[in-house]
Amino acid sequence: MAAINPDDQGLRLAVRYAVLCLVAVIFVFPLLFMVMSSLKPSAQLLLDTKSIRAFLPVGDISLDNYRAAFDRAPIGVFVLNSVLITGVTVLLTIFVCSLAGFAFVFLDWKGRGVIFSILLATLIIPYETIFIPLLLMASQLPWISTEGLEIGWLNSYRVQVVPFIADGLSIFLFVQFFRDLPRELIEASRVEGASWWAIYRRIVMPLSGPVIATAAILKFLFMYNQYLWPLMVVQDESIRPVMVGLGYFTDQLNVPWGEVMAYLTVITVPVLAFYLSLQKVFISSVASTGVKG
Amino acid sequence: MATRIDQSNKAGWLMAGPGIFLMTAFIIVPFFLAFAFSLTNQRLASPNATEYVGFDNYRGLLGVAVFTLEPERDDAGEVVIDDDGEISYPRLRNFTRNNPDYPNLAGKREWFSWQWGDDRIVILAADVVFMKALINTFTFVFVVAPVQAAVALGLALLINQKMRGISIFRALYFMPVVVSIVVVSLLWRFIYAPGDGLLNNLLGFFSFGAFDPRDWLGNPNTALGSIMAMSIWQGVGFHMVIWLSGLQTISPTLYEAASIEGANKRQQFRYVTWPGLRNTAVLILIVITMQAFALFAQIDVMTNGGPLDSTQVLVFQAVERGYGKQDISGGSTISVLLFVIVLSISLIQRYLTREKN
Repeated sequence: MAAINPDDQGLRLAVRYAVLCLVAVIFVFPLLFMVMSSLKPSAQLLLDTKSIRAFLPVGDISLDNYRAAFDRAPIGVFVLNSVLITGVTVLLTIFVCSLAGFAFVFLDWKGRGVIFSILLATLIIPYETIFIPLLLMASQLPWISTEGLEIGWLNSYRVQVVPFIADGLSIFLFVQFFRDLPRELIEASRVEGASWWAIYRRIVMPLSGPVIATAAILKFLFMYNQYLWPLMVVQDESIRPVMVGLGYFTDQLNVPWGEVMAYLTVITVPVLAFYLSLQKVFISSVASTGVKG
Repeated sequence: MATRIDQSNKAGWLMAGPGIFLMTAFIIVPFFLAFAFSLTNQRLASPNATEYVGFDNYRGLLGVAVFTLEPERDDAGEVVIDDDGEISYPRLRNFTRNNPDYPNLAGKREWFSWQWGDDRIVILAADVVFMKALINTFTFVFVVAPVQAAVALGLALLINQKMRGISIFRALYFMPVVVSIVVVSLLWRFIYAPGDGLLNNLLGFFSFGAFDPRDWLGNPNTALGSIMAMSIWQGVGFHMVIWLSGLQTISPTLYEAASIEGANKRQQFRYVTWPGLRNTAVLILIVITMQAFALFAQIDVMTNGGPLDSTQVLVFQAVERGYGKQDISGGSTISVLLFVIVLSISLIQRYLTREKN
């Protein structure tokens, strides 16, 4: 075999980078277009789609669209709601699912094998197939508040949080991770008289950073991006999350595209920034859903 | 010893309890309720008591009949031709409405038909919109699942090279995954805009003006395809990452051995990479299939099922009935059918890709 000459290798490398860049353009440019469009008046926005200007911050650049969008809809309230709903759910998920995972791995109790298989089997149920009966259930569930017993969960924060705290995937992720922890560590503390709760809190959880990050990121993406469920159960604008808030812009006869792009940018760019700063963790989280059980 | 087990028993239930309770209440119970409601006429709120109706809801969705329309004949037995030169047929509704001779056609409507000699064969369906939603959903899944899996594998192979800065590209390809599908749908609605939309202008530019601008989402022939393309764009990074983790489990020594044996790149892929990815492939197909069947936001944001029902899909129909019309039983019936389809397809995929001894 003839030796590869260095120029040839350089060329090959250049071609590889060219292909990588071309593909990157496909994934990045629509998002770039969104951000750039949010800075332009609607008339210019349409004209700019004719050329490369669509992806550049040129022409009549201003934050007018943002001002108009914030005037049209209580965007601050929507963002706050989404942050609140997502944050509380993520925290509760971590707590409830790690606790369950702990019990499944370290404790020996009657029924745990059967129950674990049942919980695992729910992974095959898409949420979309249970939302309709869940809607009826939610309309009739009781809730105890300071004013006594009330019936019906519709139009509340709790209906957006409670159903999503525990799920099969989160529990499964914790179980997977806990199985690889050294058992001797737990047994030794047990012999020394530590309670299960103390072992969970002082030994297991402090070691579980990676799986907590994974479960939190997956739940964060799921909750922040929820659309169908809040669409059905929330009417009050004061508790509406960001995705449903989009209706303010799209239900118009003439969609104000400049403002839409501004709103999309407001609700997307923080997530993208968060992702880009932690991209290794994000990507390994998704990859870990692919670990077969 | 017994006390230790008892303690463990109690602690186990206490710790797993909240998770078990929440999953039972909000996943398992509604799942079985869907089956129960599908056999009743349950509504979201109704003054009338709920009644058991057996399989009426299923019949109302899935009922199909074939009917042969014979042409009208004059007294001499000749086929009647109308003024436009077309064969004249009796009206279909003479058979489907209040006709005791054809009880199986009652209430059904024409889905599609074709010519057979002088006769016209008509396929009738109890719920034509549902049938269209069913067909569209299957079309979507059977195009998106293999294409998205294949593109994702291509990207994973591309990104699995050892090159400087490769992790930047990986991060960029994955970017749309963290963006909500609702945001993506709205953004692409603008990209797909008729006339001067970004895509039309782009295609016009690359074809030097030879491309005729289209109304991508407004045309029944392109609407579903446009939604497929966008869905693949949004989701493909997710499956790329899963392929990538599969690729990285393949031992480098296998590749070394293959190259010592003189295998070229293609042979390496065929005999080392692909067999090593079997489990990943099964998983990816099942995951994409489940995600694709659940398609909703794209439709709701982009087309509302139109034009001409060309983008009606199952979840959209379930929501339109269960929520829009407050017909919980109708929505539940579609949900049950959706679940049965997803489960069957997963099982078939698992069977077809099983390890053969």
